[in-house]
Parts: sequence; C-alpha cells; structure tokens
Amino acid sequence: MFSAELLLNSVVAGLMLGSFYAAVALGLAITFGQLDIVNIAHPTFVIFGSYVAYIVNENFGFDPVLIGVVFVPVFYLLGMLLYQVYYACFERTGQESLSGLAFFFGLMFIVEVLLILVYGVDYRLVEAPYIGKTWHLGYIDFPLRMAVPAVVSFVMTGLVVLFMSRTFMGKAIQAVSQDRLALQLMGADPIKVKRIALGIGIATAAVAGALLIIIQPVEPSVGRLYIGRVFAIVVLGGMGSIPGMFVAALLIGVVESFIATFYGPSWAPAVGYGILLLTLAIRPQGLFGRA
Amino acid sequence: MSRNKNFRLWTLGIVALVAFAIAPAAQAQKKPLKIGFSMALTGPLAGAGKAALIAMKIWKDDINKKGGLLGRQIEFIYYDDATSASKVPGIYSKLLNVDKVDLVVSSYGTNEISPAMPIVMRKGLVFMSLFGLAVNEKFKYDRYFQIMPAGPVPKDDWSRGFFNLAMAQKDKPESVALLAEDAEFARNAVAGARRHAKRLGLKIVYDKTFPFGSPDVTSVMRAIKAAKPDLVYIGSYPGGSVGLVKAANELSLKAKMFGGGMVGLQFAGIQKNLGPMLNGIVNYDFWVPEPTLNFEGVKEFLSKYQTAAKGKGVDPFGHYLPPFAYAYLQILGDAVTAVGSLDQKKIATYIHATTFKTVVGPVRFAANGEWAETRTLQVQFRDVQPNNLAQFNKPGKRIVLYPDSVKSGTIVYPYK
Repeated sequence: MFSAELLLNSVVAGLMLGSFYAAVALGLAITFGQLDIVNIAHPTFVIFGSYVAYIVNENFGFDPVLIGVVFVPVFYLLGMLLYQVYYACFERTGQESLSGLAFFFGLMFIVEVLLILVYGVDYRLVEAPYIGKTWHLGYIDFPLRMAVPAVVSFVMTGLVVLFMSRTFMGKAIQAVSQDRLALQLMGADPIKVKRIALGIGIATAAVAGALLIIIQPVEPSVGRLYIGRVFAIVVLGGMGSIPGMFVAALLIGVVESFIATFYGPSWAPAVGYGILLLTLAIRPQGLFGRA
Repeated sequence: MSRNKNFRLWTLGIVALVAFAIAPAAQAQKKPLKIGFSMALTGPLAGAGKAALIAMKIWKDDINKKGGLLGRQIEFIYYDDATSASKVPGIYSKLLNVDKVDLVVSSYGTNEISPAMPIVMRKGLVFMSLFGLAVNEKFKYDRYFQIMPAGPVPKDDWSRGFFNLAMAQKDKPESVALLAEDAEFARNAVAGARRHAKRLGLKIVYDKTFPFGSPDVTSVMRAIKAAKPDLVYIGSYPGGSVGLVKAANELSLKAKMFGGGMVGLQFAGIQKNLGPMLNGIVNYDFWVPEPTLNFEGVKEFLSKYQTAAKGKGVDPFGHYLPPFAYAYLQILGDAVTAVGSLDQKKIATYIHATTFKTVVGPVRFAANGEWAETRTLQVQFRDVQPNNLAQFNKPGKRIVLYPDSVKSGTIVYPYK
C-alpha cells in the first residue's frame, strides 16, 4: 500500500492537522509555557469559542473564522477578568500551585455545565462554503476543511510571535515568569503584564474554537479530548517557546497522520506521546526550550 | 339500651361512610413506585441520553395519568453517568441499596449497560436495557431484555442486512474495508461485519480501529481509499461519523457501498449539516418516517416528544432513540400490570412468553433477551438537499432497504 502519493498526502494532511493543533495549544503556550499558570480549562474555552462561532453562524450565516476574529476582544477581556480572579484568590496569597490548578479544573466543569444548561448536549456544526471542498495540486489533496484552519492558525501564531518579539509588552510577558523583580525594576507592573498575557491566551481560544468547529462537530465535553494533547505539544516544543510549540504541533500532526495512514490509526496517539517521552529523556527542556 | 344501639349503628354508619370517602385518597397516597436508572446526561452520548430521558418522562406521565402501575404513581430516580462506564456501578449500588428503587432499567448504550449488569444480577432484578449490543453474550442473564431491534445474534444481525444487500446485487462485491472507532459498540459491530465478510468469501483489504474522538480522520479515509475496497463498513460514533463522511466526500471515495454502523447519521442536526454528502450512504437505523414503519401510537408519541424537545438542545425529531426509550418502559409496565406484582421472576417469565404491542411495533424476545427477529434497518440516504432540516421529518429521504418486512424502496448501487 506504500506509495509516494500516499506518503506526500499523509505528510501534507499531518501538517494541516498539526497547524490546527497549534491554534488550540497557542493560548496554553502563553499561559502555561510563559506564565506558569496551569490553565487546564483552556480547551474548554476553545469549545466556548466553538459555541460562539456556532451561534452566530447558525443565526446570521457569517463565516466561522470571521466570527472567531471578531470575538477576540471579548475573549481578551474575559481572560483579563479571569486573571484578576485568579490573582486575587490564589496568586496574591501564594497558593497558585495546587489551589490554582483546582480552580482551573473547576472552571472547566463550570463552563462545560453552563454550555450544557444553555445549549444542550446535541452535536453542533457550522456551515461555510469551503467545508466539503478540496483543492488538488498534482496528486496532493487539500481538503479546505483542514487547509483553512491550518492557514489561519499559522497566521495567528505568527502574529503572536511578532507581538512577543517586537513589542515591549511582548518581551515583558516573556520576562515575567523568569524574573519578576527585574521586570518591576524596568518599570513594568507584573500583575498587569500577566493580566494582558492571560487575556491574549484566552483570546486565541476564540479563533481556535472557530477552527475546531469547522473541522469536527462539537458538544460541551469535546474539550476534554484535547487536554493531554495540547499540554504534550507545549512541553514538547519547550516551555516558553511559541515557535517551538508550533514545530511540536506540526511534528505531532505529521506523526499521527503518517501512523494513521500506514500502520493503523489506533497507534497514532501512542507514537505521538512516545516521541514526547523520548524527547524529554534526551532534551528535558523540550525541542526549543531554554536549558 | 335502645339509645345505645342507635348510637352504635350511627357510629358504624359514619365510620363506613368516612372509610368509603377516604379510600381513593388512601389509594393515591400509596408509596410511589420507584424506577431507577443512570443516564448519559453529559459527555459524548448526552445528546441521545437526554432525548431518551424526555421519552421516558412522556411514558411516566402517560401511565401516571391512567392511575400509575399497580395503583401506584411512578417516580423516576436517576443520576447522570456522564457517559462514563466507571460511574455506572456506583450509581446502581446507590439506587438499589440507598434509594431502594422497585425496578431498574438501563442507561443508554453498550458501554454504560455492561457495568450495571453484575449489580442488577446479584439482586435478581429484571433489567430492561436501552441499545446495548450483545451485552448478554457473556452474562447470559435470563432476566435481561434489550429493546434495540438488533436480533437474536446481535453482533452478526447488526450488519447482516448490509452484506445481504451487497451480495444480492448483480455486480457483486469482492473486497471490504472494515473500520471501527475504539469503543465497545463499534468494535462489536465491526466484529460481526468481519464474520460476514469471511463467511461470504470477501477479501478484507483494510481492518483497523481508530481512537475514540479523533479530531481528524482524513488520513484514515485516505488509507481506506488506497486499499480500493468494494465495500466500506464502518462502526463509529457521532464525531467520527461526521469526519469520515466529510473525508469520504473530500477525497472522492469510490466504493460500491459505504456506511454500515455509523452512529450520528440518525440525528437531525448532523443530517442537516452533512446534507447532500449523505446521498447514497447505506447505514443502519431503527425508525424512519417511512410508511412501512407507521406503527400504532408512534405518531402520537413523536408529536409529544417534538413538543417536549423544543429548546432542550436535543434531536428535534427523535426518530432514532426516543420511540425505543418509550417502548422499553412500555414493555416493563405492561408486564408488571399483567403479573400484578413486582415479583421479578414472574415479570421475566411473562416478558419471555409475550409479544408486546409497542410504539415501535410488535416486540418479542428471544431466550437471550434480544429481539427474536432482527429489525435493524438498512436505510439509504436519497435526494438529500442542502441546508434543509424539515426534509428529514418526511418520507423519501431515508429509504428502508432491509429487512423485507418493512422495505420501502430498492437500493441505488453502486454508491459512487
């Protein structure tokens, strides 16, 4: 069954899948990778983003990606508010490690139950003109259902990387978990920096949620399926490195796709996590993490 | 003396009158008859679980309006199992030991029925179950009854129609691809399909499982396409089913028949979204609005369900599971009424010996508690239009191809 056509297609499909994984993991790469906030509820915010895309798409017919982008400021404010609560309840008193984890764990269930209470448990899907269509380049297929999320994720990750590397606030976010005191000496307020960072992290969930519901139907508990995968991607890429996270996501996507095509899909997650363990054994800081 | 006698007579008369007057009230104040169960109200199967619960409540209301069972009003005691098999044993232990329910019925689905079996069996209770595939194969419990019309050999009967249809065509298939989502129902369905393939001499060119809840299955469909099978038989859950149908269209899968045991293609919301991508797929179902399945009471039930389901975020039409969720309680209720007590042995014996008239048609059980004859439908999506939900509530979109007793049309073959 092995052929060049199949191999190329599996790599391309893996790159598209991996790019989408990066969109889901991006917010976590900021909150967990750079702020050391174990936001286990991040995939649930992504699902919340999916529901926003679904509701607006269902009622007004707007493109899901456009809806995700429009709702970025709303999610940003939500993230800032979330940090304020997290700071006041846990970080200020130095209880952020275990109690903070419990907080986000609880938040995950609260958001999930709220979605169930308001919108029920039926699977939700969106409609867009490109869903179901495929571009062909030679014998390589680009199902637009996967290609559009891949491109949008690439652009979103690129913008976040630019923001982090080119702006004072971006650099402050990278610095805040490393040396809070030095940051204060530079005239930056660490609380404000973290608030903005968590805002950005949650804001990416608006777009990631829209991309998710383009790819697969969504019900409130779907986010749980992503928890392990997105944490693995962030750790594999290297804590604090957003480009590293993107490369790790592509790697996981390609490996999953390759294994699914040639050896059997049931092996795909095991091999993906196997790569994570192997990488951590050889390079504990992850692919692009600082030693 | 005479005054005393008169007084006693008057007293007796008043007591008799009072007793007569309060008799119905006393009857009404009898302890409610408690039916306990767990149900998937959150988690991946919650869409179906909540729809089932609506149907069960309709039955409860119908019976309570008629005076209840054995003169007792019915009360449900139920807990959310969150579509998690690990929660089920604890729930049934609580129902039986703490809540002291009188009767139990099952949650929805194979994965949630199996874990309840040992607890229910220990108490010797009749166990009506809702859509379990071959659960009793290992337990062999003589008080187990299953309402899904899979048939007496459930694993094989599930896919029998699909393969019978394929082999009845002039251009007979020679090969098959088998794919199962990695959970009990889907694996069981595909295990049956595998046996049919071997029995019929079909070459199995692809036989794999994929992880439950995989975000993208395009690579899986590409591998299936590369194997060039004549038939593609899939056992999957809603998320996987949607992904596979989309991937099959995106990659222009060519096969003589495609479908089989894909859960989710029976749900109105998914049907609307997939639209014309569904055309030609042959998949299992249990009830569709074709004239051949218009059993007594089913329209009235669906009318009540569709009213109750509004705004609850569940399947708006309720064709797939709700009529059966109503029927499994209908059977239990009829049996309890006929036996006149809660004697579990007598109830089980009665159910084994009786053909029940239900909203899903006549139901008779085999010795293993499955339907005595399979009525797992194979339906083909036909002439589905884009973005139109209402079309699925009418005949003509899901043509019944199998079994012959309820057939409403002939197959369009090959698929593509």
